[in-house]
Amino acid sequence: MAPSQQFSVQVEVLLRDGIADPQGATIERALPALGLIGVTGVRAGKSFRFDIAAADEADALAQATVVADRLLANPVIEESVVTVRPA
Amino acid sequence: MAPRIGVVLFPGTNCEHDAVHAVERLGGDAELVWHGATSLGAYDGLILPGGFAHGDYLRPGAIARFSPVMEAVAGYAAAGGPVVGICNGFQVLTEAGLLPGALQKNRGLRFLCTTVTIRVESGRTALTDGVEVGTELSIPINHFEGNYTCDADTLAELRAEDRVVLRYVDNPNGSVDDIAGVCNAGRNVVGLMPHPERAVDALLGSLDGTVLLGALLRSAGATTPAA
Repeated sequence: MAPSQQFSVQVEVLLRDGIADPQGATIERALPALGLIGVTGVRAGKSFRFDIAAADEADALAQATVVADRLLANPVIEESVVTVRPA
Repeated sequence: MAPRIGVVLFPGTNCEHDAVHAVERLGGDAELVWHGATSLGAYDGLILPGGFAHGDYLRPGAIARFSPVMEAVAGYAAAGGPVVGICNGFQVLTEAGLLPGALQKNRGLRFLCTTVTIRVESGRTALTDGVEVGTELSIPINHFEGNYTCDADTLAELRAEDRVVLRYVDNPNGSVDDIAGVCNAGRNVVGLMPHPERAVDALLGSLDGTVLLGALLRSAGATTPAA
């Protein structure tokens, strides 16, 4: 079946739990300079947006997951969350 | 005949001429191979040199892994040909799945450009063949993402199979188990963050890189996989 619908995709990539996140830690250490002392658990990651033409939402999710797993995230150190919605 | 080494050039690679110079200084022949090549010449060994392949966009090595030449590199490695990835080349080999683990940002988020002491931990790889275990070498590093990381199972496997090739004597970047270089199960693919090609001239501070690259040329002379 030919792709018939446009979907908007968001992929969020974060370091896996247990992998040191020096960017997040550095950001967290900078926050007291703003007078904020209650902020903890800062994680730094990446966010990607793109559009996919697909037959349906399941097809769009399957394609977006390939993009996330094979390119956007390195599964050795990162994990990704894929969100798909009709454009 | 002098071993013939292919030096793979991605857009953004910047250590290729150092690698060629080092190979030639040690009596080998070297030739640049553009990343768009879909087949390799009759090389006795390959070097993936340092730099910023494809601008290091997304992650170091993440895009380079999809360069056309990588399929040929994987085939060459599978046939047993010696393949050495230096710095960015190491990152490319991990992203391509030819070596285990990943290189993440240095502990402390510092770009490191200095000379470190590394210790040879295995003398049975394409880059250390015949080098005595425990040999300490003074070699430059120059990286932001050289913090070697892998899961506990992979680390246990690397240790059990004597595949930790090089360790830092004084860990500069947070690498797990002080790892500076690892090899694949076949021992013919080796990746390391330090730059042996920058330590082949006493005038530039160290000759210790010749120990490793000399071993590569020996390995290359001993193995010629079918092209």
